Amino acid sequence: MSTVRIPPTLRAETQGAASVEASGETVRDLLDDLTGRFPALRERIYPEGELARFVNVYVEGEDVRTREGLDTEVSDSSMVILLPAMAGGG
Amino acid sequence: MSATVREIGPREAREADALLVDVRSDEEWKVSHIPGALHVPMSQVEERLPELVPDRSRSIITYCAVGSRSYRILPTLDGLGYEDAISMTGGIVAWRELGFPIDSESRLDEDKRERYSRHLLIPEVGEDGQRRLLETSILLIGAGGLGSPSALYLAAAGVGRIGIVDDDVVDSSNLQRQVLHSTAGLGERKARSARRALTALNPDVEVVTYEERLTSQNVDRILTGGWDLIVDGADNFPTRYLLNDASVWHNIPVVHGSIFRFEGQVTVFKPHEGPCYRCLFPQPPPPELAPSCAEGGVLGVLPGVIGSLQANEALKLALGIGEPAIGRLLLFDALGAKLEEVRAKLEEVRVRRDPDCPVCGDNPTITEYIDYVDFCEGR
Repeated sequence: MSTVRIPPTLRAETQGAASVEASGETVRDLLDDLTGRFPALRERIYPEGELARFVNVYVEGEDVRTREGLDTEVSDSSMVILLPAMAGGG
Repeated sequence: MSATVREIGPREAREADALLVDVRSDEEWKVSHIPGALHVPMSQVEERLPELVPDRSRSIITYCAVGSRSYRILPTLDGLGYEDAISMTGGIVAWRELGFPIDSESRLDEDKRERYSRHLLIPEVGEDGQRRLLETSILLIGAGGLGSPSALYLAAAGVGRIGIVDDDVVDSSNLQRQVLHSTAGLGERKARSARRALTALNPDVEVVTYEERLTSQNVDRILTGGWDLIVDGADNFPTRYLLNDASVWHNIPVVHGSIFRFEGQVTVFKPHEGPCYRCLFPQPPPPELAPSCAEGGVLGVLPGVIGSLQANEALKLALGIGEPAIGRLLLFDALGAKLEEVRAKLEEVRVRRDPDCPVCGDNPTITEYIDYVDFCEGR
């Protein structure tokens, strides 16, 4: 199982969980597994199996869009980070 | 003469027909030294002194700050064959107290040398670095949660000119984290309140205020104010995308910070050397997923951590030292930082410049200001 970090702005969609375990060999598998269990999250960031443009996914610190996208491989020990921009500064 | 007394006082040293050798560091030498002295840092004595003073019978008086290093180095001089080497007690401090002449390469006056003494002691900063800071101009977007600690630390550090862009007024709900402002300043413009606090902290700093919100109409005027660096502590996406585009076109590095609840992000956008904000986040989240701190809340100390990290990045860029977080995004989770750990939980994710970026890419498609509110609302 890989660990997926959920950003604070998407935790309403994961019932408050800050990180969630998910299984699979690629980022796509992980997102399928994860959003299958949290349908509200699917709607937000992974509608129709496409990753929403406003969210970055990092595997081992690398943006998957600079690697193989959703086909980027993950391992059991992978730390996967979902990261949208945050604007707060005040 | 190794068995005899190896020290003399400054009065006798001044009268003696001997070569004074200053064994302190380069930085200390630059701040002040005795006229006519030879400077050979302690660590280089063995290697350089024989070359500089070939005559081993020449009388030598070593000195340092207070007389301890200059005493400890004597056996080294003996080993090199110098026949008459002696240390000056009390060092240059005692010399100065007697009112004897001092030379200085410093352009910092006595007050500044005192105020910034902890910087002058660091070899990577030193007198040159401090002068550089005093000549640096940094523009802060926002004098709120992030802007407060950045502004205070940059002003304390002696950044010579600080600009503040903020059209807001101080509200009591700000004071849980915006440490630039105080209860006495409620209702005052934040830019003015900031100027008062920064000037009180350090009168060396010139504070330039812009009591306006950054817009496509004023951004060119504000960014052409001679700024070397920008520290972004804005509180909304339209301002952040506007600032990004403008800073790429004006070629000014931006130290970016953002916060929400317990989590913060820090990175440096240096135009054309690393990614820009649009390379990192081509699109903002939809508005319902982009609550501000006013809507979602923020732990009071979080902007203190993130704003201080921004000040740290700004100082590194201003001084040209260390590894600025260009292309690296630092993520901080206040809840993950355990008290027993000394290191805060800082994680890095790498940011690449996107050659297809519409602003800083190889073939930019956005070359003038757009409607940033529409853009951020997905219109």
